[in-house]
Amino acid sequence: MFSEMLQKLWDSGLIQLGIWQTTYMTLLSTLISYVLGLPLGVILHITGKDGIHPIRWLNRVLDILVNIFRSIPFIILMVAMLPVARVVVGTTMGNRAMIVMLVIAATPYIARMVESSLKEVSPGVIEAAQAMGTPSFRLITKVMLPEAKPSLIVGAVISTVTILGYSAMAGTIGGTGLGQVAITYGYQRFEDDVIWVCMILIVIIVQIIQEVGMHIAHRTDKRIVK
Amino acid sequence: MIELKQLKKVFHTAEQEIVALDDINLTIEDGEIFGIIGLSGAGKSTLVRCINLLERPTSGQVLVDGKDLMQLPHKELLQLRRSIGMIFQGFNLLEQRTVLRNVTFPLELAGMNKADAKERAQELLELVGLSDREGSYPSQLSGGQKQRVAIARAMATSPKYLLCDEATSALDPNTTQSILQLLKQINRTMGVTIVVITHEMRVIDQICDRVAVIDNSHIAEVGKVSQVFSSPRSDIAKQLILPQGSPVGKITGSRKLRLVFEGNSSHMPIISDLVLACQAPVSILFADMRDLDGKSYGHMILELPDEARQQEKLLAWLDNNHISYEEA
Repeated sequence: MFSEMLQKLWDSGLIQLGIWQTTYMTLLSTLISYVLGLPLGVILHITGKDGIHPIRWLNRVLDILVNIFRSIPFIILMVAMLPVARVVVGTTMGNRAMIVMLVIAATPYIARMVESSLKEVSPGVIEAAQAMGTPSFRLITKVMLPEAKPSLIVGAVISTVTILGYSAMAGTIGGTGLGQVAITYGYQRFEDDVIWVCMILIVIIVQIIQEVGMHIAHRTDKRIVK
Repeated sequence: MIELKQLKKVFHTAEQEIVALDDINLTIEDGEIFGIIGLSGAGKSTLVRCINLLERPTSGQVLVDGKDLMQLPHKELLQLRRSIGMIFQGFNLLEQRTVLRNVTFPLELAGMNKADAKERAQELLELVGLSDREGSYPSQLSGGQKQRVAIARAMATSPKYLLCDEATSALDPNTTQSILQLLKQINRTMGVTIVVITHEMRVIDQICDRVAVIDNSHIAEVGKVSQVFSSPRSDIAKQLILPQGSPVGKITGSRKLRLVFEGNSSHMPIISDLVLACQAPVSILFADMRDLDGKSYGHMILELPDEARQQEKLLAWLDNNHISYEEA
């Protein structure tokens, strides 16, 4: 029923390796992107017009930068950013370079996600905290982020899934993982069942991330009366 | 003591300037419950936010215990805000924190250690009658309970002042009563000066000592509640205090009087005495009486008989008995 190719890939462990590489690249890139995107999102929010520290020019500059990076299709951004990868990790090939691309693409996306989560925090709650004499930094760490936590987790789930999609695309220019398996062994050698199997595996990974993430978000949200 | 001097606040929008407050001069004495009433949009919420500088006035002075808040460095202002508690119409509790941790929040900011903060918070929750709900989240509480938590939280750092911005406007009448009683209790037992912003007469009526009526960005009238209620001078105060659409004016051709009761006189059976003494019928078109600090205040509108001699008799009797009245 299955092609010889699929059998060979499975026996040699390439598919299993692909599952691992996709998972690891996705999670690592998401993590690094959050380290950069979370503060960026916070700055975008607080320097905004209705933020706690409006700084018009800074907000404008960041806003434009984020928009530029968000509007370039990932497949093009990836190629364009190869020199950056060379500077950062010393190579334009392999997973380390791919992680650089994924971070470049995902950070602005995550910044927007964080910004929109923070916007959901009631201005009244922030005002109450200000009336209590909360300094700005603690306003962010003790009020805004904790109050936005459920929404931030939902955002993280959506971001992770998006990054997983990007990581599959990275298979076309030398990244590894299920995307690369599908392209190299499936698409280029006309083995449709390899493509299908990779696709199903990616769908399963997405489902697992989605279910686990949403479950955590729901459990965390104290606004929901259980 | 809180003093506002020549306060002005202008908001700039893209198209125009909006003057929210103009020439506001107010002194709020220590230990009193001071009411600020006005229709919505009159500027009262902006006014209360100027007291703790959540809104920075465009010009003028805000003096709290003699300190000019506008001149304070940011850090000191944050410090000073801990001595001014504030509660809101929308309660504004931290939704992701338990009741207990909402109350400990200002204590954490003040650097109190966890055990002490917990003990202090439990004390306050007992004061507001919510000891049994310390582990609940705000979403599990009713509006009145949320406001009690907000009061406990505002009182955590033992502030000298408490600002209430439409604190009962989202509550039903019974809950409003209990929150007002709690505020009164806090004022009486802890000596906290309370500033109450509201659009509801009954709130002022029930707990305030003095009231400022604000209209169109200006203070229209300030005085003791009993005084402003019994003889409102400004149009806006009359509009707020005297009921709308009273039947006065609907009946034409008859002479009508508005009797004003200030203090003890309303304990006497005035109307029956009047009728018995003058042997003339009167009809009560409207009456609105209240009990303030054990004395009665209010006003009543009487329709007099058409006959001129009877009218003279009635007016003479009122004069002799020192009851103030005016033509209505």
